[in-house]
Amino acid sequence: MDNIILRVEGYAKRFYLHSRQRSIPSATDVNLTVRAGQLTALIGPTGAGKSSVLKGIYRTYLPSAGRLLYTDAEGHTLDLALAGEHHILELRQREIGFVTQFLHCLPRQPALDVVAEPLLIRGVTREAARKQAAGLLERLAVPQRLWGVPPATFSGGEKQRINLARGLIARPRLLLLDEPTASLDAATTEHVITLIQEMKQDGIGMIAIFHHPALVERLADAVAELSSPLSSPLSSPLASPATTLTEETIEVIA
Amino acid sequence: MSRKILEVNNLTKIHGRGCPLCLESTGPEADTNICPHCGSVVAAHGVSFDLYQGEILGIIGESGSGKSTVVKTLYFDDAPSAGEAVFFDEEAQYDLYSLNAAQQRGLRNKRFGMVYQNPHLGLNFNVSAGGNIAERLLMSDVAHYGAIRERARSLLVRTEVLENRMDENPKKFSGGMQQRVQIAKALATRPPLLYLDEVTTGLDLSVQAAILDLILEIQHELGTAMIVVTHDLGVVRLLAGRTLVMKYGRVIETGLTDQILEDPQHAYTQRLVASAL
Repeated sequence: MDNIILRVEGYAKRFYLHSRQRSIPSATDVNLTVRAGQLTALIGPTGAGKSSVLKGIYRTYLPSAGRLLYTDAEGHTLDLALAGEHHILELRQREIGFVTQFLHCLPRQPALDVVAEPLLIRGVTREAARKQAAGLLERLAVPQRLWGVPPATFSGGEKQRINLARGLIARPRLLLLDEPTASLDAATTEHVITLIQEMKQDGIGMIAIFHHPALVERLADAVAELSSPLSSPLSSPLASPATTLTEETIEVIA
Repeated sequence: MSRKILEVNNLTKIHGRGCPLCLESTGPEADTNICPHCGSVVAAHGVSFDLYQGEILGIIGESGSGKSTVVKTLYFDDAPSAGEAVFFDEEAQYDLYSLNAAQQRGLRNKRFGMVYQNPHLGLNFNVSAGGNIAERLLMSDVAHYGAIRERARSLLVRTEVLENRMDENPKKFSGGMQQRVQIAKALATRPPLLYLDEVTTGLDLSVQAAILDLILEIQHELGTAMIVVTHDLGVVRLLAGRTLVMKYGRVIETGLTDQILEDPQHAYTQRLVASAL
């Protein structure tokens, strides 16, 4: 059965730093597929470009090479690398979600509204959106006393759960997860695992970067392994020594 | 897919008499917006973009980049030297710079809203806060006193200006409160298109946050399309889906806002982002 919703073919990302007139490779020749209702895990050493793949799919990065063939809800297939900006914005609103490791939200907004926002944008009433948001926060064991408080002062694990709830509430067709359990304790991680399993049953396709091999084993239906772009034979001859890579990459994407 | 509300093509504004060498002698490569041959200032040249209904577009750049010039020409505060802009209203479309003065005033009073960095430009300090809103409603043909007063009251409540200060002169208000009155005034006619020129610049951080929050709430509630001009990358990050980067009157880069901030392509944008974050 062909239920592939995303096919990544030969994705590569390089940053060109004008100030140093140098090209920095971030990911090279990445190939993977995502099927509806399944989770594809992205694994590989630090610096192999795992986040770069997710950011390329979401178009936070402009891909340097490759095709990102996404099949939308109406069955049309398009290359995300080439799609127009308005088209990408529309897909982000309706179909493609991204749970990053950082939470960007309005400073004054209470946590409950931060989580509810993706539904408000889609036209759900405030009351209904808040109700769903409350349900998710409860399942992620975020204490109720925090719901009315802006997340700026929350701990890392609390922020992460707010971010996760915000990504899950919209029920996208394709969900990108960048270490969704990185700062969570074992009990909370179990809640997240249950939620991810439910989302799979609902037909949501996911790509996830996980820390722990145990999570990959429990949740992944497919695994894409990346090697460092520096050790790859396809690496650009302009590539800089490994010691400066991390520092400069951080400078660009920080 | 939502509808296009504004299309801007090759907008150009030159202050001064201009000469045949102005355009080739200015811009990011020339590192100036002043023509060395005739002294004219090329405030903006070749600016083109689309805006969709309900979309927020950011324009970032340093002082003198021409970012304010763009919204000022679109709001008819300034006439462009060349270029065109088409506004797609619900049932009609208007070629902005082919309209006569009365038609331009009509759009400005009813269909466009503007919030300036300097409240003196957007508010009449000789009348009360409520009176400022009434002025705009009167210009757009609402004439019933009770209706005007009720609308002014609800707008000020919506923008979190205390109701009991409605009859006070905005001269006495804090900077943040003056911006709220400006926003209420701009929204009075429920315009589908709103221009915001450095609206949070110079305000306390907590006040800035509250104003940005208000702007986003309004966009969710009313679906107003907006152009947000700012030098603050944090403002576009929070508000704008897409962003244009300007330098010396030219657009040097455009893209999704998160892409501009995390994967800037142009040398200037890379410097701008690196120095701000």
